[in-house]
Amino acid sequence: MPADAPSLEARLAARGISRRQFLTFCGVLTATLALPEAYAPKIARALETAPRLPVVWLEFQDCAGNTESFLRASTPTVAAIVLEQISLEYHETIMAPAGRAAEKSLEAVLANTGQPFLAIIEGSIPTKDGGIYCTIGGKTALSIAENVCRKAAATIAVGACAWDGGWPGANPNPTGAVGVKTAVPGLKRLVNMPGCPMNVTNLTAVLAHFLTFKDLPALDQEGRPLFAYGQLIHNNCERRGHFDAGRFVETWGDESHRMGYCLYKMGCKGPQTYSNCPAVGWNDGTSWPIGAGHGCVGCMSPHFWDNTIPVYSRLPNIEGFGVEATADTVGLTALGVVAAGVVVHGVASAIRAKSSPQAAHDGSEVVVQPPTKKG
Amino acid sequence: MRRRVYIWEVPVRLTHWVNVLSIVLLSVTGYFIGNPYLFIAPRESYAGFFMGTVRFVHFAAAFVFMASVLLRTYWAFAGNAYADWRGLFPFLTKDGRKNMLHAAQYYFFVRRDPPEVAGHNALAGLSYMFIVIFYGLIIFTGLALFAQLHPVGIWYTLTNWVFGILTMQRVRMAHHMIMWALLIFALYHVYVAWLIDMEEGNGLMSSMFSGFKFLPRNQEPDWIETSPLMTDSQTFQRRKGSTGKTPAQEDLG
Repeated sequence: MPADAPSLEARLAARGISRRQFLTFCGVLTATLALPEAYAPKIARALETAPRLPVVWLEFQDCAGNTESFLRASTPTVAAIVLEQISLEYHETIMAPAGRAAEKSLEAVLANTGQPFLAIIEGSIPTKDGGIYCTIGGKTALSIAENVCRKAAATIAVGACAWDGGWPGANPNPTGAVGVKTAVPGLKRLVNMPGCPMNVTNLTAVLAHFLTFKDLPALDQEGRPLFAYGQLIHNNCERRGHFDAGRFVETWGDESHRMGYCLYKMGCKGPQTYSNCPAVGWNDGTSWPIGAGHGCVGCMSPHFWDNTIPVYSRLPNIEGFGVEATADTVGLTALGVVAAGVVVHGVASAIRAKSSPQAAHDGSEVVVQPPTKKG
Repeated sequence: MRRRVYIWEVPVRLTHWVNVLSIVLLSVTGYFIGNPYLFIAPRESYAGFFMGTVRFVHFAAAFVFMASVLLRTYWAFAGNAYADWRGLFPFLTKDGRKNMLHAAQYYFFVRRDPPEVAGHNALAGLSYMFIVIFYGLIIFTGLALFAQLHPVGIWYTLTNWVFGILTMQRVRMAHHMIMWALLIFALYHVYVAWLIDMEEGNGLMSSMFSGFKFLPRNQEPDWIETSPLMTDSQTFQRRKGSTGKTPAQEDLG
């Protein structure tokens, strides 16, 4: 975007978005960031008067799913326009230039040391065999990430892949794929926004926070923003009432499923996944997976592809006991076997006690026999 | 005649029965939490809070169980020889190994006479070692899963590292498997207590209520009482008091 680009206000007006809608959006961002209501005007002012902030969006081993999430709106939303307000200098999927011209705009951002910029990384970074499994313009993803992230004012790793390797990093991980935090160790200003894909409302909120407070939001020990990843899905789930009441979906499409009961028994990973999905929703709050009747797959949890399988059951199966052998069937079987053993041992002991009674210990015990009926 | 000897002190009996009750309660509620099913589901979700109540009972019973295990751990260092932590490691001493072999031979019908002891036999001691390990693991996995509900505070800080090694699915599975291991132990434990009571005639079953066992006059000192680990320890010397004898050794003449 050129420096003399029209103001945000003008651009919103041109797209037919009223000031009221814009302020409502700022209110949503304030709520998402868990800030007091009084911050909404501050965020609105920051977005309106934000200096041009160049953003470099790099894609490595990815499916462009986070880009899709970023661009997903069918109609221009306030979020999309605000995100356009930041200056997307380099984004392989949506940029006009190609080849050498494209690389030039990245080099220009890196060369302009007086202008801080933001790096957004999508996709995992392969480390095996010198990182040759992902190269752009002859450079490995590893070296590009190292070069860009170290120079950036802040780095935002979007999606599960950029966080911990995600799908490319799933077992057996042939390319040695890792996330930004491992590929570029010791990065101080790094925000991780896992998810498959991440939620664009949260990304907008992080950017708004950065523009408003000139700082990154509070992070948890995994480097995720607390406002978005601080609560279990389960704790804010709209089906939680059914969980506490003990009303569960037993099979797909049954009466309970139609009634919108809890998906806990269908393997929902909401009780172990931290995300604000139930509060923020997806596609402008239209719906979200659990709202649509499918259990959470835990895409925002660490190494989710390895960790949350099987998707449709509470517990993993036990290896070596065949298909569908759960912990409880194995445990119950073992209990039965031991019970049978106890019965056999008991019968054998009884026979032994009968055939050779235990000797009195010091000869002083009096063993009283019960009176026998004489006919 | 037999002598009535005080073996199991109050904390041993108290924690034993608190453990029994809490393990039963935890197993029933835990199984329900893992596989919830209501035969009559409430018509409206506000009308029932069954799952919530079951989880509350499970968490409350878990903290009672932990308090009990803590008290018993303290008593393993403060109690008498039969409550001592050294009883968990019979394989460390010659007498312990001998008594383990004796007990094994008796259980497998190789030997007729049961290993008569004042406290518990060495093989039982070994099984309690595994139980203590299982207690530790089930408490830890339980706290780790519990902490995830509220990712702030002490339990989260103490346990969250485990999810760097194991997935939450695996931790939950371990929690289930240890429950089954404890239930299997309970079955074996009650059976063996019954068997020994019948065979030795020492009132073993009632001793867990009263604390007293009925021992033969010619009762030998326990494997644990003669263990150098035990007799060399200062706490043991102190605990023996003025008579210099343990309860089972007293009035043997």
